[in-house]
Amino acid sequence: MNGDAAIVAKDLTRSFGRFVACDHISFDVRPGEVFGFLGANGAGKTTAIRMLTGLLKPSGGQATVAGFDVYTQSDSIKRHIGYMSQRFSLYEDLTVAENIRLYGGIYDLADAAIRDRTASMLSRLGFEHAAHEFVRAIPLGWRQKLAFSVALLHEPRIVFLDEPTSGVDPVTRRQFWEMIYETAAAGTTVFVTTHYMDEAEYCDRISIMVAGRIGAIGAPHDLKRQCGVNSIDEVFVRLVRPAATQPGSEA
Amino acid sequence: MPRRIIALIGLLRKETYHILRDRRTLAVITLMPVVQVIIFGYAIRTDVEHVRIAIVDPTPDPSTMALRGRFAATDTFHIVAVLRRAEDVEPLLQRGDAQEALVFERDFATRLGRGLPARVQIVVDATEPNTGSAIQAYALQVIQQYEREAGAARPAVQIVPQVRMRFNPTRESSNLFVPGLMAFVLTIISSLMTAITLTREKETGTLETLLVSPLRPWHIVVGKVAPYLLIGFVSVIGVIIEARLVFSVPLRGSLLLLLAEGLLFILVSLSLGILISARTSSQRVAMFGALVGTMLPTMLLSGFIFPLESLPWPLQAASLIVPARWFVSVARSIMLKGIGITYLWRETLVLMMMAIALLGLSTASFKARLD
Repeated sequence: MNGDAAIVAKDLTRSFGRFVACDHISFDVRPGEVFGFLGANGAGKTTAIRMLTGLLKPSGGQATVAGFDVYTQSDSIKRHIGYMSQRFSLYEDLTVAENIRLYGGIYDLADAAIRDRTASMLSRLGFEHAAHEFVRAIPLGWRQKLAFSVALLHEPRIVFLDEPTSGVDPVTRRQFWEMIYETAAAGTTVFVTTHYMDEAEYCDRISIMVAGRIGAIGAPHDLKRQCGVNSIDEVFVRLVRPAATQPGSEA
Repeated sequence: MPRRIIALIGLLRKETYHILRDRRTLAVITLMPVVQVIIFGYAIRTDVEHVRIAIVDPTPDPSTMALRGRFAATDTFHIVAVLRRAEDVEPLLQRGDAQEALVFERDFATRLGRGLPARVQIVVDATEPNTGSAIQAYALQVIQQYEREAGAARPAVQIVPQVRMRFNPTRESSNLFVPGLMAFVLTIISSLMTAITLTREKETGTLETLLVSPLRPWHIVVGKVAPYLLIGFVSVIGVIIEARLVFSVPLRGSLLLLLAEGLLFILVSLSLGILISARTSSQRVAMFGALVGTMLPTMLLSGFIFPLESLPWPLQAASLIVPARWFVSVARSIMLKGIGITYLWRETLVLMMMAIALLGLSTASFKARLD
């Protein structure tokens, strides 16, 4: 096992009754990497993320996140990760500044630190004028960026983004991915799930879950070459479609 | 540890913003208990007003006229018809034009003059039994008063003896039902409040973010319950004032004790709401759960409407786990009997244990999400 890895999963398994949502999945995520976590709905993505973020106890296998064990050190994990849920984690009836203050307090930042980071975050985003606007009043694209920045407020080592760009226009998506790159360049590991196959191409490495297992894992261009196709979309279809042969073993 | 308290204060502040900024909901939840107590209060009251009465007087003379005058003079009765023949009264009762009929026997005055028992028949529409027995009792009261004041030594007007209510039972029935009504309304509102806000966070995804954070489940539970405890307390004060001013229910015991018990009862109901929403996924289901989980048991098993003693034993046993049952008894005892904590410690203890158990269970059900 790589001790420096941001995330290490080894035979991580979770079953609900007789249904095995995650079936012995193993992968590791390197520090500062943008790791794309792909899979059809119901393939076990959400279950895997919930185990890694400490929301769900695994039924078997091992995993560490930021060097902490998911079984015994979930409190430490929670302090060192950021999380942006797909349904958007800001309170719409609070102002931008109030949201930031709330999450700063939850992550034990001192008032002075919250003030400083609020100011620098808003100026980086160009949102200074919106500090006292209600979140519900600002455009969706801005909210996504803001939610992402808030998830980074406590300077986590790893940030989990659960379908961060669903329902966002293409320009904002592009801008959002620029933010992801900046974040990774600054040393924060980004673990991102997405439905958009073009976004998968932006990742350093991706894994594709199929029916509770990892069907393929690697850099996008490697996966395309192994499958002999031109896009991740096609890789995905070949993996997921039941009629196709199982290229997972090839990969 | 102080750091965690700061996080908790942040949560409380956030919840306060939610509450204060949703003015309409705030108005609804603070005013609803007061309004509901009035509405239910008048609806449930067993007192009857404007009773439509028909009078059958085959041989009118001063003595029957005097008794008829008594009925006309009350606020309770409204004479809709004066008839000669007893047969004519039947259609009136059937149509509901009259709820009650007073039938003088032929030669009523003559018999009265001779000192013989004179008979008056009271016919009551008892379709609705409670109303029926109430208006029958009213009529008996009028007749008896007449009889007394007519000063006849011997029974001048003979009537069938009946179990009776006092003539002005408004206060009596209010005294009995208002404390129960308070419990009923407060428990519904309180459990709804927490059930809805928590599931709203579930639906919008913010709860997930809180769960991923270093906050502990009890922070989340306390952060939800505490602000609403304050609102619930305002409602408690509101309904106590209302009980006094609108329904003239006395407060014979300690106001402080009643407020404290009210607060405890609100806490139990809020915790029930949290537990319900922790176990449900959508606002609609949580709302339904909170309504069914509080309304029916509180209505049927708290002694609010149906006396507990008259329930079959399995239901009596079931009533033991209904928080309102204990609060109704506490509220009645404090308000009507002026009893202090020395006699209410058992009910208080039960409510406390319920609060602890429900808060513990809801905290645990957040943890269960993690296992």
